[in-house]
Amino acid sequence: MKILTIGDLHAVRSEAVKRLMLREQSDSTVSEASSGLDTGTERMQVLICGGTGCKASSSALICERIKEKLGDRGIDDRVDVITTGCFGFCEKGPVVKIIPDNTFYTQVTPDDADDIVDNHIICGRRVERLLYVDPKTGRSVSDSKHIDFYRKQMRIALRNCGFIDPENIEEYIARDGYFALADSLLNRTPEEVIDEVKRSGLRGRGGGGFPTGVKWGFARKSVSDVKYVVCNADEGDPGAFMDRSIMEGDPHSIVEAMALCGYSIGSSNGLVYIRAEYPLAIHRLKTAIGQAREYGLLGENILGTGFSFDIEIRYGAGAFVCGEETALIHSMEGKRGEPTMKPPFPAESGYLGRPTNVNNVETFANIPVILTKGAEWFSSIGTEKSKGTKVFALAGKINNVGLIEVPMGTTLREVIYDIGGGIKGGRKFKAVQTGGPSGGCLTEKHLDIPIDFDNLVAEGSMMGSGGMIVMDEDDCMVSVARFYLDFTVEESCGKCTPCRIGNKRLLEVLNRITAGKGTEEDLKTLSTLGKVIKDTALCGLGQTSPNPVLSTLNHFYDEYLEHVRDHKCRARQCKALLTYLINPALCIGCHLCAKNCPADAIIGDVRKPHVINPDKCIKCGMCMARCRFKAISVS
Amino acid sequence: MAGKVEAICDSHGNDHGELINILHEAQHLMGYLPEEVQRMIARKLNIPVSKVYGVVTFYAFFTMTAKGKYPISVCMGTACYVRGGEKLLDEFKRVLGIDVGETTPDGRFSLDCLRCVGACGLAPVVMIGDKVYGRLQPVDVRRILDELDA
Repeated sequence: MKILTIGDLHAVRSEAVKRLMLREQSDSTVSEASSGLDTGTERMQVLICGGTGCKASSSALICERIKEKLGDRGIDDRVDVITTGCFGFCEKGPVVKIIPDNTFYTQVTPDDADDIVDNHIICGRRVERLLYVDPKTGRSVSDSKHIDFYRKQMRIALRNCGFIDPENIEEYIARDGYFALADSLLNRTPEEVIDEVKRSGLRGRGGGGFPTGVKWGFARKSVSDVKYVVCNADEGDPGAFMDRSIMEGDPHSIVEAMALCGYSIGSSNGLVYIRAEYPLAIHRLKTAIGQAREYGLLGENILGTGFSFDIEIRYGAGAFVCGEETALIHSMEGKRGEPTMKPPFPAESGYLGRPTNVNNVETFANIPVILTKGAEWFSSIGTEKSKGTKVFALAGKINNVGLIEVPMGTTLREVIYDIGGGIKGGRKFKAVQTGGPSGGCLTEKHLDIPIDFDNLVAEGSMMGSGGMIVMDEDDCMVSVARFYLDFTVEESCGKCTPCRIGNKRLLEVLNRITAGKGTEEDLKTLSTLGKVIKDTALCGLGQTSPNPVLSTLNHFYDEYLEHVRDHKCRARQCKALLTYLINPALCIGCHLCAKNCPADAIIGDVRKPHVINPDKCIKCGMCMARCRFKAISVS
Repeated sequence: MAGKVEAICDSHGNDHGELINILHEAQHLMGYLPEEVQRMIARKLNIPVSKVYGVVTFYAFFTMTAKGKYPISVCMGTACYVRGGEKLLDEFKRVLGIDVGETTPDGRFSLDCLRCVGACGLAPVVMIGDKVYGRLQPVDVRRILDELDA
């Protein structure tokens, strides 16, 4: 159906709201009772997470099995099965939610479909074994609102993820989708829209933190008959997946925001630059664009206002530097993704030499809500200079790996311990890395700092796109720095010397240190060279690439010193510094270790203690993993 | 094959601005981008082959070597790294006897790294073809390869 007037949009919404009513109601009430069709519930809904993480654990098959079962029982007309975007709680995926009682099932397998349908949906009895168990109390929790992971979150950019069917435009409209666009086109001038975005205090979520409204203002001022709106969806930070989840879970919010941006800056051409490695996100986005065209919300003369806008998709091909806007623009032009000096800024001369406005996915996802709820509402959330919320991809040695969204100003401690559930296996927290390869490591003493753009930079790290990797005492900070440098060296485009050669030298020094051949002089080299690269590199990638080294050097100097002075790695990660030993008192001579040793380095007679030949040992740790008597240790 | 590659170029109007999209389609068709294909594309788009080669080698997604029947990609994202991704990669290298970017002589397995599939909850993760294997340890490597080979 074509939406030609605001009345049409209202009509679609009032129809679609019915479908969402059940979910909205159960979202706003807390009920400990569970419902079933035989115990008086009229209609039910099953929400199944269709994000990449859960799909990797066969969530599509779970969906199929549940549908099959509902068909067998003849109740498929009373129960809707909906595949949603990411719920965020990836650690416990695949996630299945039953509406109206909001029961939150975790780690579901396809074989659980029978139980869910027969026991819960029909008889109203919860499947206890699939409920989340609160590790603190040991009690199972059925309503996700009572799970600590969700309690401290505030979902603005992720407002629709895990709630609506991302492949259904009407569900998006039911959540006031496209109303910000309609209202702006009909009732506001472009300047008024830009002003609202400016006043909201929204800053770019891709890494830099530049005020979005100001950026739009620059692009608006540039005079040209053709301008471009670009969505940067080339999420290259390893370990960050917030943009992907938004595109998978709520693609229409990006489409709407890009159209709004187009109206504001005076452009009718939108381009999404997306990683080719994100097939599901590409599919969902394409579907959304197709539906928006079909409904007349993209294309010529939108809502009869004379404003036209359409979106094309461009594929990235795996280059981290393409997250930098000038590099991204070159890549879209079919060239090597090398950055160029600014100015000229893309707002003056960007894609094909035309004024271009580049924003990141999460930034765009905030736009429609800001315009619907107002700048004052948005700017009331967060800290003085960082407004709103931020999505983080929480990963590493943490109990609750997943995607979270918290108001700016939340402390690291709240994120790691309250939402993240603390460190895996009861180990000791050591550091948290924020900002990916451009960021740095923060330690115990930083846990109570309110997270915002400026505080993180002040501590030698940065917000970046929002990757947050938690590390425990088993992680070697020198190795971590080496890991990031390895990444930067591989991803450096090679255009400027400080980044191309400087980082290579940094990596060589770090390789030397982790191989036990470093000197104290090397530590000085790391620090001096790192600062030179920061000051002299051409683009944002180069200027921030030494951050992982400098911040670990700063906060974990004694660990570096141990590597070079005592040739010791306290986290037992640097292979060259390790020795594997068999304790003769514990070894019963079962020969299992010798059988599994890939280097034939273990010798000994059956039923007699074995020994490891250090000259042959490749330190793979296979023997230790196999030994059932804990007779092998590493030091 | 040559006809198909030329058809891809034609479908993009032989526009050199479309080079990356053309390479994506050509690689999808062939599995990789050998020298002849790059020459062909350069001729069609009327640009130097050095330019095509420059783009192919710049982006990690494009490859000039044929992949194995079972293409193995070990995730080297940070989340997988801190949960033991590197040890997993070492074990694949050792068992298969090949390095990253190589294919076994019998053409069965090829080994690559990738940066984050976004299944960080299952770290460390390995992708073999389209299937994601999560929470793997080095001791699981041989079993998985044996299962594939069976």
